Amino acid sequence: MTYEKRHDQRRPEETRVIEAKAGVIPNADGSAYFKIGNTVAYAAVYGPRDLHPKFMQDPSKGVLRCNYNMMPFSGMGDRVRPGANRRSKEISMVTEKAILPVIDLSDYPNAVVDVFIELPQTDAGSRCAGICAASIALADAGLSMKDLVSAVSVGKVDKMIVVDLDYEEEAYDDGPVADVPIAYISATDEISLLQMDGEITKEELMKGIEMGKKACLKINEIQKKALKDRFNNPNGDHNEQ
Amino acid sequence: MSKLEIKDKQVVVPGEMLAEGMDYLPGFGTYRDKDKIIANRLGIADIQGRALKIIPLSGRYIPKNNDVVIGKVFDITFSGWRLDINSAYSGMLILKDATTEYIARGADLTQYYSLGDYLVCKITNVTSQKLVDLSMKGPGLKKLGKGRIISVNPHKVPRIIGKQGSMVNMIKNLTKCWVIVGQNGLIWLQGKPSEEVIAIKAIRKIESESHLPGLTERIKAFLESIVSDKSKKQDTTKQDATKQDTKPDKRPDTKPEGESQ
Repeated sequence: MTYEKRHDQRRPEETRVIEAKAGVIPNADGSAYFKIGNTVAYAAVYGPRDLHPKFMQDPSKGVLRCNYNMMPFSGMGDRVRPGANRRSKEISMVTEKAILPVIDLSDYPNAVVDVFIELPQTDAGSRCAGICAASIALADAGLSMKDLVSAVSVGKVDKMIVVDLDYEEEAYDDGPVADVPIAYISATDEISLLQMDGEITKEELMKGIEMGKKACLKINEIQKKALKDRFNNPNGDHNEQ
Repeated sequence: MSKLEIKDKQVVVPGEMLAEGMDYLPGFGTYRDKDKIIANRLGIADIQGRALKIIPLSGRYIPKNNDVVIGKVFDITFSGWRLDINSAYSGMLILKDATTEYIARGADLTQYYSLGDYLVCKITNVTSQKLVDLSMKGPGLKKLGKGRIISVNPHKVPRIIGKQGSMVNMIKNLTKCWVIVGQNGLIWLQGKPSEEVIAIKAIRKIESESHLPGLTERIKAFLESIVSDKSKKQDTTKQDATKQDTKPDKRPDTKPEGESQ
């Protein structure tokens, strides 16, 4: 049996339903909520603030420090051991590198901008959801950014090239699966995150990236709308649809 | 031909195109990419002739020369005090600029300003590495006594102060509180506790609604309605107290606070 139709009836280039809000955490300097299908990410930005330990300070510009964390019962499988692990450390690092090209921290020497990404519920594509949430939160924190970074995963399930894989597709057993998370900066047409897990040919990869870019443009619009909506509702009541 | 893509006073987000063509000039919070002008901050677009700039809506305080700020003493050194000015950078208040009094060599500096004291001071210098010098010499610069300190979004401070201080004066007059607004987003208030609460509510309202038109009228109506409600309630509670003469030690002015929450 081949995978010809997606299990949730989506078209190959279609993402899951996306919902985004800005300013959800009052105590943070900037914050955002980003939901794609069943994957939920919250991002909170604190800073620019004093950086300790002091040896990490950079006198020429501010430092961006991201922290990605999956909550213990967020996944569909076993409980995730709480706290940092190899995987979360790597994802924190790639998130930082995905966002750094757009953000200008030259006004904040020796300071740090902290980004905390929390995932209360995950169904694959969590690093992409985290990057989307983080870039809304950073803009909400009033930092200077060239553009918002949008991210989505693309990949191959059996023989089909698809956008935004969920866990069921990632765990497809009866054929080869490739998962390629990408982060895209539309203002400069640059890709700031490209990872790959699985097997895919060069042609298929290029096709997937093109599909991913198109999906990212749509996500970018949703991110911008989330930021604008924050100020169209003066009572700060963001929970209503 | 140049084309403007946005309206004046519209909320814009990073990456949004503001104008196309070389007739417009990029100002604060914008950048030029070939012939386009693009926003790089979240804020309100401000069109002044050919110049486009963005008035930010959020962000931490960045120290600026000549700003009057409220700071909290968190360290005392050989030559002065170090103040937390609600920013990523701390301010240094050196002996020479701290007071007009004579301070003897080796004097105990805590008798002037102690740890935890709040001071109103002025920023006299900011270096490229954001080292901040403070001074206490000038009109209105002083150590703060009892009262409350609240923290607001520093980008809303101009709205809270108003044109020539109109907004803050209105709050002062209607609530009979002393108010000092620091450019760094810290505000000190002192008055009757119930009046302080009303002043804080008004300030929070300004903070959340400042980007919408007709702010002064709304805040005035808001303050006047609360103040008149309160005086009515006080009258009735006073009447009740005289009629029934029960619970004589209950303070009537604490009641409206809890009810209006």
